[in-house]
Amino acid sequence: MATKSLKKLGNDLAQSNKQIEILSNGIFKTGELPTFKDKISETSQFPIKAKKLEILQINVGYMCNQVCDHCHVDAGPDRKEIMTRDTMRQCLEVIKNSGAHTLDLTGGAPEMNPDFRWFVEEAAKVGIKDFIVRSNLTIIRANKKYYDLPDFFKKHNVHVVSSMPHWTRGKTDKQRGDGVFDKSIKALQELNAVGYGMPDSDLRLDLVYNPSGAFLPGDQEAMEKDFKKALMEDFGIEFHNLFAITNLPIARFLDYLIASENYEDYMYSLVEAYNPSAVENVMCTNTLSISWDGYLFDCDFNQMLELPVNSKSRHVSDFNEELLEGRNIVISQHCYGCTAGAGSSCQGIVA
Amino acid sequence: MSKPYYDAADLRKFGKITEWSEELGTKFFDYYGKVFEEGALTAREKSLIALAVAHTEQCPYCIDAYTKDSLQRGVTKEEMMEAIHVGAAIKSGATLVHGVQMMNKVNKLDG
Repeated sequence: MATKSLKKLGNDLAQSNKQIEILSNGIFKTGELPTFKDKISETSQFPIKAKKLEILQINVGYMCNQVCDHCHVDAGPDRKEIMTRDTMRQCLEVIKNSGAHTLDLTGGAPEMNPDFRWFVEEAAKVGIKDFIVRSNLTIIRANKKYYDLPDFFKKHNVHVVSSMPHWTRGKTDKQRGDGVFDKSIKALQELNAVGYGMPDSDLRLDLVYNPSGAFLPGDQEAMEKDFKKALMEDFGIEFHNLFAITNLPIARFLDYLIASENYEDYMYSLVEAYNPSAVENVMCTNTLSISWDGYLFDCDFNQMLELPVNSKSRHVSDFNEELLEGRNIVISQHCYGCTAGAGSSCQGIVA
Repeated sequence: MSKPYYDAADLRKFGKITEWSEELGTKFFDYYGKVFEEGALTAREKSLIALAVAHTEQCPYCIDAYTKDSLQRGVTKEEMMEAIHVGAAIKSGATLVHGVQMMNKVNKLDG
C-alpha cells in the first residue's frame, strides 16, 4: 500500500509530460492500436466540441488523508497544492458570470481545504443550487473537526458522492488503505442518520465504484444491485445510486499498469470497449475543470496531465464563457477511459 | 527457442475465426453473446459458471477471460475459488463414480 505520492517519491510519472509520452508512444505510435483521434474520426466525431457550460468542477487542492493505489490526482497528505481564498473569490466571480448551475467540488479531500466551508457558503449566496462534494468518507472520521460534516452537508443540501470500491473489507482496504472500509461504513451510517441516501430523501448520497485493478467496471445497474443488497444486509446502509467509473491510465494508475505489466492489455481492453455513442455525452462537453491555482481544463484528468483548455481564456481571472463554448476538447489516449462500454464520467455511465 | 502452444495474445484474435467461415463463426458468436446475457440467471452467476467450466475444460484462454470477467462483475476471490472447487468436485466425482462400474465388473468376473 502506498503511503507517499509519486511526486514525493520523485517518480518519473509524477511529471505530466512523461505520462503523455507513454500514452503517445508504444502501441499507439506503431499503429498496433488506433489513437483516440483516429478512432473518433472513424465516426466523424473529431474534434469533440464543448457545448453549453453546465458544471464547474473545482479541484480545491491535492491534499488528502488517503493515498489510494489508483488515484489519478496522485493525492496524499504530502501534497501541498491548496486553493487559496483569493482564487476561490475569482471562482465565485466565474460562478456569478456563467450559466453553470452545478458546482462539483473535488480534490484531494476537498474538505481539507481550510476555506472549504466558507467557499460552499459563499457559492450558495451567489446562486449555486446544486452542490456536489466528492467525499472520500473517511475524512468525516479523520479528525474531530470533521465530525459535523454530515450536518454541514445537510444544511447546504450538498449532494455527496463517495468512493466505495467494494462492499467487502478486503477489496476496499487493498485499494484505499487499511482501515478505510470500517471508517467508510461508519461515515455512511452517520450520513444515513441525518437523512442522506434514504429512499425518497432529497439529500442525495451516491457511491462511486471504480475497479481495484487492471480491469473495466461491469454493468453499473447490476453492480448497484449487488452493492445495495450487501451494504443493507451487512450494515443496514442505504444510498441512492452507484456510479461505475473506469480508471483512466494516468498518474498512479498508469504507474500500477506499467509496473504490473498490464498496460498494453488494459489499453487493448479500453480500445475494444470503445463505444462511439459514449463520445456524444462525455463530461468534457458540459463541464469545465478548475485547478487549485485557477487554471481551466476540459476535465480533471487533463488538469493532472497539464493539458490546458484550447482557448484564449485559460484562467479564472480571464474567464470568458463565450470564448470557451465551442472550443475543441484537448484529447489523448487516456480519453478512451471515458468512452469504454457504457462510457464513464464523474456522474457514472453516459450511454 | 521453441514457442509455447498457447499465447495469451491469441485470445484477442478469437473473433478472426469468422474470417475463414463467416456464417458458422457469426452464428457461434451470436449464440455465445446471447448465452451470457442476463436471463433467468444473472450475468454474474453465468460468469462464475463459465469460470468453473473454464477450469474443468482446462482452457487457459477461458480462465484468463472469465477471471477478468468475474472481477469486472465484483466477484470476490473467495467466490471464484469456491466455484472452481465445485468444478473440481464434479470432475473427481465423475472419476470416482465410475468406481461402481469397476466394482460391478469385479463382482461379475470374480464374484
